[in-house]
Amino acid sequence: MSQREVVKSISQLMQKEMIGRNYDRITGGAAKVSSTFVPGNLNELLMCFDIANNLPEINAIQNAMRKKSGEMITEAERAGHSEDVCTYVKADIGMMAKGNIAPNGKPFPDPDVLLLSYTGCFTFMKWFELLREQYKCPTVMLHVPYAADGRPTRNMRDYIVKQLKEDVIPTLEKVSGIRFDIDRLRGYLRKSAVAEDDLVWMLESSKRRPSPIDCYFGGVYYMGPIFTAFRGTDEAIEYYRLLRDEIEDRIARGLCAQTPDGDMPEEKYRLVVEGPPNWTSFRDFWQMFHEAGAVVVASTYTKVGGVYDYDGFRHDPDHPLETLADYCLGVYTNRSLPTRVDMLVRNLQEYDADGLLINSIKSCNSFSAGQLVMMREIERRTGKPGAFIETDLVDPRYFSAANVKNRLESYFQMIDQKRRSGGSAASAM
Amino acid sequence: MRTFIGIDLGSTTTKAVLLDENLEVLGRGITNSRSNYDVAASVSKQEAKIGARFTLFRQALGSGGGVELLLEVLERNFRLEQFLSGLRQLEETCEAYLEDPRFRDVKGALRQALSAVFRRIEEEAPGIYAPGADRKSDFFRDIAGSRFMNLSESVSRESGVAFDAMLNIYDKSIIDIESRVSSDETVSRQLSNGLSRALSEVKGAGIGEAGARAALAKALECGLEETYVVGTGYGRVRLPFPKEHIRSEILCHGLGAHMMFPGTRTVLDIGGQDTKGIQVDGNGIVTNFQMNDRCAAGCGRYLGYIADEMKIGLHELGPMAMKATRSLRINSTCTVFAGAELRDRLALGESRADILAGLHRAIILRAMSIISRSGGVTDQFTFTGGVAKNEAAVNELRKLVRENYGDVTINISPESIYTGALGGASFARRAVLA
Amino acid sequence: MGARPVQEIVAFCQEIFEDLHFAKAREWKAARPGRKVIGYMPVYVPREIVHAAGMLPLGILGGGADMEVIHGDAYYQSYICRIPRSTIELAITGKLDFVDGMMFPSICDVIRNLSGIWKLLFKDKYVRYFDAPQNFRDEVGGVFYANELRELREGLERLGGRTITDGEIRRSIAVYNENRRWVNRVYDFRAASPWKAPSAEVYLLMRAGMVLPPEEHTLLMREYLAAAEAVDRPMRDNCRVLLTGAFCEQPPLNLIKSLEISGCYIVDDDFMLVHRWLLEEVPVDGDPIWNLSRAFLRHSAQTAAKYEPDMAEKGSYLIDSIRRRGADGVIFAAPSFCDPALLDQPMMIRRLEALKIPYITLKYAENSGQMQPIREQSGTFADSIKLWSAS
Repeated sequence: MSQREVVKSISQLMQKEMIGRNYDRITGGAAKVSSTFVPGNLNELLMCFDIANNLPEINAIQNAMRKKSGEMITEAERAGHSEDVCTYVKADIGMMAKGNIAPNGKPFPDPDVLLLSYTGCFTFMKWFELLREQYKCPTVMLHVPYAADGRPTRNMRDYIVKQLKEDVIPTLEKVSGIRFDIDRLRGYLRKSAVAEDDLVWMLESSKRRPSPIDCYFGGVYYMGPIFTAFRGTDEAIEYYRLLRDEIEDRIARGLCAQTPDGDMPEEKYRLVVEGPPNWTSFRDFWQMFHEAGAVVVASTYTKVGGVYDYDGFRHDPDHPLETLADYCLGVYTNRSLPTRVDMLVRNLQEYDADGLLINSIKSCNSFSAGQLVMMREIERRTGKPGAFIETDLVDPRYFSAANVKNRLESYFQMIDQKRRSGGSAASAM
Repeated sequence: MRTFIGIDLGSTTTKAVLLDENLEVLGRGITNSRSNYDVAASVSKQEAKIGARFTLFRQALGSGGGVELLLEVLERNFRLEQFLSGLRQLEETCEAYLEDPRFRDVKGALRQALSAVFRRIEEEAPGIYAPGADRKSDFFRDIAGSRFMNLSESVSRESGVAFDAMLNIYDKSIIDIESRVSSDETVSRQLSNGLSRALSEVKGAGIGEAGARAALAKALECGLEETYVVGTGYGRVRLPFPKEHIRSEILCHGLGAHMMFPGTRTVLDIGGQDTKGIQVDGNGIVTNFQMNDRCAAGCGRYLGYIADEMKIGLHELGPMAMKATRSLRINSTCTVFAGAELRDRLALGESRADILAGLHRAIILRAMSIISRSGGVTDQFTFTGGVAKNEAAVNELRKLVRENYGDVTINISPESIYTGALGGASFARRAVLA
Repeated sequence: MGARPVQEIVAFCQEIFEDLHFAKAREWKAARPGRKVIGYMPVYVPREIVHAAGMLPLGILGGGADMEVIHGDAYYQSYICRIPRSTIELAITGKLDFVDGMMFPSICDVIRNLSGIWKLLFKDKYVRYFDAPQNFRDEVGGVFYANELRELREGLERLGGRTITDGEIRRSIAVYNENRRWVNRVYDFRAASPWKAPSAEVYLLMRAGMVLPPEEHTLLMREYLAAAEAVDRPMRDNCRVLLTGAFCEQPPLNLIKSLEISGCYIVDDDFMLVHRWLLEEVPVDGDPIWNLSRAFLRHSAQTAAKYEPDMAEKGSYLIDSIRRRGADGVIFAAPSFCDPALLDQPMMIRRLEALKIPYITLKYAENSGQMQPIREQSGTFADSIKLWSAS
């Protein structure tokens, strides 16, 4: 992490504590541990079996922000993994080779089960096939079909529910020795929905001018609990309540978005961002935005662990397994390109944004393949300009600060120039 | 008079353009970029001011006979003056380095040897700037460096003084010289001396000496106020300018191309490090742009690698490619593999011309995809950057544009290297008078 | 057809291979009004259903080694493989204008998203992302897959304006059973006497099957086998290798030739797996949809795009093929940036290392130009295998 001083709010401190406690639980040795992915993670279901939830992407992110991912990736490449493939996978495999130490400094235990929630990302399947070779533990596949035609079909939903009943739940019962209790699941799902309401309120607070929050860089913090091991818990409810209070206070005081360097003095540009952030230079990357007075009012990355605003999805305790299926089917990377375009168009309009920025990630074809077509289509539909930059998730070799800054500057100045010329109607002088 | 200046700090050269209030170009200046960006900017600015003096001189001379000839002769003689005073400074600096304790034992011999070298360069100097003389570069560092190298080698052989020591002193000194900027007074003196040389050279050509001197005096009298300066280019962030004086090169390029060719709607710039596709509206305002992604494949530097690999000059690539009888298909424009691909092809017995034709096509294909990404080609199309000087590349571009976008006017300006600086200067003008 | 010599048959295939306008498929479509052509991408689609609808399944495998991509690069970043960009180039330059629909199987995220690009760019075309199950229980994955097949059937019925009967699907199953039998015979023949059936020829023969109707392709293979058997060709002192990883983006033909020239007979490969995906005959009686579904679940090839629920079984298809074909070693040939091939590779390599089976790895793009390094690598591999087996 950077040595610069960081301004943190109470909710951030609370989250830090929550994450710390989860790592302590994972590494403590008392609880059974599952590894599973953020998109389509079945936290409420795992809780029914008292299984701790360890998410490899989050570990890779933590390592990247501590500047450790680079050497882990090189380690994996030395062991025969191609330089062409996903760096989350390589950071994970490299971490294992380097002793598998959790962010709390204790070694990760071998997982008791790999819950392969195969949702919106092809690499997930290979990732856990690779981990399975290492851990030789029970591995259960939950295949979530791709919602290619914009909405999930009955067949897809039935298929997921059947996999839950026939494969996932029996495996978790066996691993944990705890019988599945559907009412316990209902209880957790009810709590999920409460937190999800506040989450959506938070997401939509950035429709205001100025936006009280940054919904990309700040957003990744705000999404933390709901995307990870806390959905369905009282802590998550409390966290989102607290966050809401903080944002309401910011609104009342007319503050611009909060950054690690304090509140933005002025909001000059409002952007919608598509694609995950870069993690190795996260703070420098953010700084390029807030120094220019740019705030991100909506982002697709904050939908990667579940889409709650676009079509109003909430976990539904009355249809517990079906709602898990719908949740998985609906995560952002499982959506078709036309749906993603529609989502972004609506974001640009409803959040009154100046334009769309795409951060195209080398590692992530699920996000990246087709983004140039999306950009053109969105520009055409909204008349708002798009910009395209390229970085990577956790590979420091793929973040060229000068390059990114150059493009961002050009983009902001282009927006300025367009504004000044009133949509270029005025004369050149 | 009020002037508006744009400075484009590129990776290899720094350019400046000086505009008057009516957006007329008064002068252009160029110098090699160096580690001290501030100096590079100042030198290019001074060069642009020199250009402006010439413009003013021409105006003061009026349209009498022999004006063009006089200007041409003055230009050469002024450059000679400039070179000679640079050389004097270089020699003085070298002298100062002789005081270094490690040269204590050889100081006398070294001084003699250096002096011999500098005398010979001085003797050669008029030849370097003689009418019709061919210079590979106009930058002092390049000319003085190559002469010094050649001459000190033979002097070293004759005198027995270590070549390395001479080179060492030169290397240190040239860095000092490169960090200096000529003052306005120095420039005035050089111009006056240059004019004296010029007048004696054209004696009998019917040019009035008194009139010329008066015209130069008038041109030198005119104050060139730096009303507003805008910096752009890849090194712009390193310019010691306040933020509002800095503009992205994309915007400057778009506006510069519009200034040169007002009908411009699409701009392609192939520079050393990047390739840009820019769309502008009728007022030169950028509406969309794309640059090459992280990978610098197919940029100008690629041709540089190829030239190095073939051991020929960059400017010789185009003409050689023009001699091709067919164009080979080259798939990789990766700079890293450029050499390997070339050697592979040569080993297969392919001709250099045919390979080069293929390489030029590959670069332009890559540029076409960047243009396509930015929104395609709309009439008129302006091509800028170093590669726009390469005839083989231009031919391929014309062909591909015609095939993919039909009949489109393609503009290429001989001053295209100044496009970014020109755009910057126009922004400077707007900042004050908008 | 008369008895054509091998060269003529191969030349015929080569012409089909090089023709990016797909004249043969256009001719087929023009021969009768109302005919439809459905394009499909690797690795597997149930062509039987398309065939039963009276439509021509047309395999689209990118633009090959010689097509210049001008616009396609505007659609894809440099770190994405080449097949989607050249496929887009084919489409936007009008080479696929006669294709009425496209099927994108669930092979990876790039091809998955290409289905979305198609929907955005070609709104008047039928576009089907075709998901195959990663759960192999009858009542779970089997039911899901059967329903997906039914949806495909209904979609094609709407497109064609007529119903597709069970009888028609059964007949198409039989046609493809027959086609697969001959594909397997060609592969067996090559494995038995690789000097008689050079891999470049076998490859072109299989590529023809991407464009020709299956009945014609079957006849072509029969003709080729008869002709190839009759020709006397010199046997070379090559080693026998299995090539794997090239199931989607195709290597340039020159690469295949280079491997053989440098001393490696390819005795098995995973090019165009769609021809050989189903490992057994699909029953022609009973519910045809269910039969196709069950064939997929129980008797289909293993490849990187398919999950292997049993870790012990991972790689067994590859190992079995090595044994069955008597291969001396394996060449992992993966397209640059191919997630499935490159992520699977370390696991396959571990299996081979445990069995001390030699291998090399190489990367290509469909337009790779430099063969010298590849020839050198595979030549060294061949030499080392010969040395190793001699000692």
